[in-house]
Amino acid sequence: MATDKFIANLPKIYGLYTGGFLAFVVVLGILEMFGLPQRVIGWIFLAATIGLYAVIGIISRTSEVSEYYVAGRKVPPVFNGMAVGSDWMSAASFIGMAGTLYAFGYDGLAYVMGWTGGYVLVALLIAPYLRKFGQYTVPDFLGARYGGNMARTIGIIAAIAASFTYVVAQITGAGIITSRFLEIPFEVGVFVGLAGILVCSMLGGMRAVTWTQVAQYIILIIAYLIPIVWMSYQVTGVPIPQLMYGEALQQIAVLEQQLGVTNPHAVPFTDMDKLNFMALTFCLMVGTAALPHILMRFYTTPSVRAARNSVGWSLFFIFLLYFSAPAYAAFAKLEVYKNVIGTPIAELPAWVESWARVGLVRVEDVMGDGILHLQGLTLNADAIVLATPEIAGLPYVIAGLVAAGGLAAALSTADGLLLTISNALSHDLYYKMVNPQASTKKRLMIARSLLLLVAVVAAAVAAQRPAGILAIVAWAFSLAGAAFFPALVLGVFWSRANKAGAVAGMIVGFGLTLFYLIGVHFMGMDKWFGINAVAAGTFGIPAGFITMIVVSLLTQAPSQEVRNFVQSVRYPRLDQA
Amino acid sequence: MQTDDKKQAYWDKNLRLTAVLLGIWFVVTYVVVFFAPAINQISFLGFPLAFYMGAQGALIIYVAIIAYYAWTMNRLDREYGVAEEEN
Repeated sequence: MATDKFIANLPKIYGLYTGGFLAFVVVLGILEMFGLPQRVIGWIFLAATIGLYAVIGIISRTSEVSEYYVAGRKVPPVFNGMAVGSDWMSAASFIGMAGTLYAFGYDGLAYVMGWTGGYVLVALLIAPYLRKFGQYTVPDFLGARYGGNMARTIGIIAAIAASFTYVVAQITGAGIITSRFLEIPFEVGVFVGLAGILVCSMLGGMRAVTWTQVAQYIILIIAYLIPIVWMSYQVTGVPIPQLMYGEALQQIAVLEQQLGVTNPHAVPFTDMDKLNFMALTFCLMVGTAALPHILMRFYTTPSVRAARNSVGWSLFFIFLLYFSAPAYAAFAKLEVYKNVIGTPIAELPAWVESWARVGLVRVEDVMGDGILHLQGLTLNADAIVLATPEIAGLPYVIAGLVAAGGLAAALSTADGLLLTISNALSHDLYYKMVNPQASTKKRLMIARSLLLLVAVVAAAVAAQRPAGILAIVAWAFSLAGAAFFPALVLGVFWSRANKAGAVAGMIVGFGLTLFYLIGVHFMGMDKWFGINAVAAGTFGIPAGFITMIVVSLLTQAPSQEVRNFVQSVRYPRLDQA
Repeated sequence: MQTDDKKQAYWDKNLRLTAVLLGIWFVVTYVVVFFAPAINQISFLGFPLAFYMGAQGALIIYVAIIAYYAWTMNRLDREYGVAEEEN
């Protein structure tokens, strides 16, 4: 069969692709030495990569139902791992995380641990069982386990709420990168990014998105690692940043004393207290194990065994970027403390001006002596990753590469999210609840038109530049965690859990989380135990569990049919007795 | 062959494994963070230890937990006759 041959050839195809991409970067680097202008390099990078994703999307388009929703369940664990990796790592991970670590030092590690440790929960508590259940979406599981449309409907609402806020952030990220590197207005940049997203996910559903995401993973990881390997070599003489930045941390500690820094990089709980650190980590972990666009990916593996292995590969590929992010932050900080602070303001390099123009860097002569002091330099967290290649004096081609990587991160996540939203509407709402007789052709047509509609609405919201994107991303985690995690976990591990319990638990968990974050963030409500709004799920998640258990015990035990269902998901293969 | 006893034994083993691994996950994450200022006094590979754990150590252990779980469960599947047909 043609497909099997395609699967067998995957390592060769992506190997050639990786080599070709590296060659492309080298050629551009050589052209830069011959005087190719920076603006042209930016254009070539973004146009070439978006074009590449479009071609992959078009080649792997499909209109067959199981290919559209679960890529034919043929994705090998390693490649599914890469796809999960790029689905997972959004603009926030790629652009935001190292910047947060730069600003907060140790306290930023709450994000690193939260966004990786959650995969332990995915692997142990969720992925194998969802794969054994083997349908298309997360609301499908809720509908089957808790019978009827109530649980399914709440699942649809929560999936759309969490995914939509998340997708707005991605399109915003894509808009920032395209507008900065193409030098076009932000509102136009948003729609350029959107066009890139649509060609991949509109045409071929999960199959096209999967193979595009693998390609995007390769670009984003190359783009992330090259600058820090380079800086590590410059600073320490050894090109292994993950091992060598301990040395950079020591140098930073010495410089911090000289400069009189009040929140030293490696000292815990200077920006966030211990309770908030732990609460945020908890919400990010539980949210990870409940985000529909990630869980859906584990339906695409060929077997339960492959699903288990695939979670391992996913975390491995995510790990490559996350354990490099603190190194990125450390080398950037060292570079700034050592070579930027203390120089005469009149002699600052060109990057200061070009980043000041987009409002992400500010320089002030605080002492009035013409020298740049620490207090006089304001670096926006979002500028760190994108600007560091220039700060460290690397060739501009590296800055273009990093921009292409950031764009790949934003686009791949947006693809996955849009697919989740349109599946929730066309599969869960329309096909399963409104019109079960709908033909395949009609369902896919509805999926595609809804996808287009949702994407345009999301882009319109993103063009308004809603404030506090990072906070909104964290809210999506709290909301998804509180709505789905108890119902999914208890659904597998506690056969006594019933419909009434699940519905009550989901409503209470989701509702309380929403109430707390709106109350604290927008209404000036007093914090409970000092917990910040970003960790709103701290209250919603346990409340969801407790409500679900209490209500289940107070109402009738589930039927034999439901108990058989629970048995069926617990065993990869179950012979009929 | 899947008798009820055997099925129950498989599930019990799965639960025990899951509980132990979640215990390790909890210690690596929350216990280390709870004592972070004290642990940070220790130096490891040139890093303060609590910083190292948050930035790399915990992540390596997370990957190991998942790999060990997948490997053990895949073996249990075969041992207890619940593995999927090879295709």
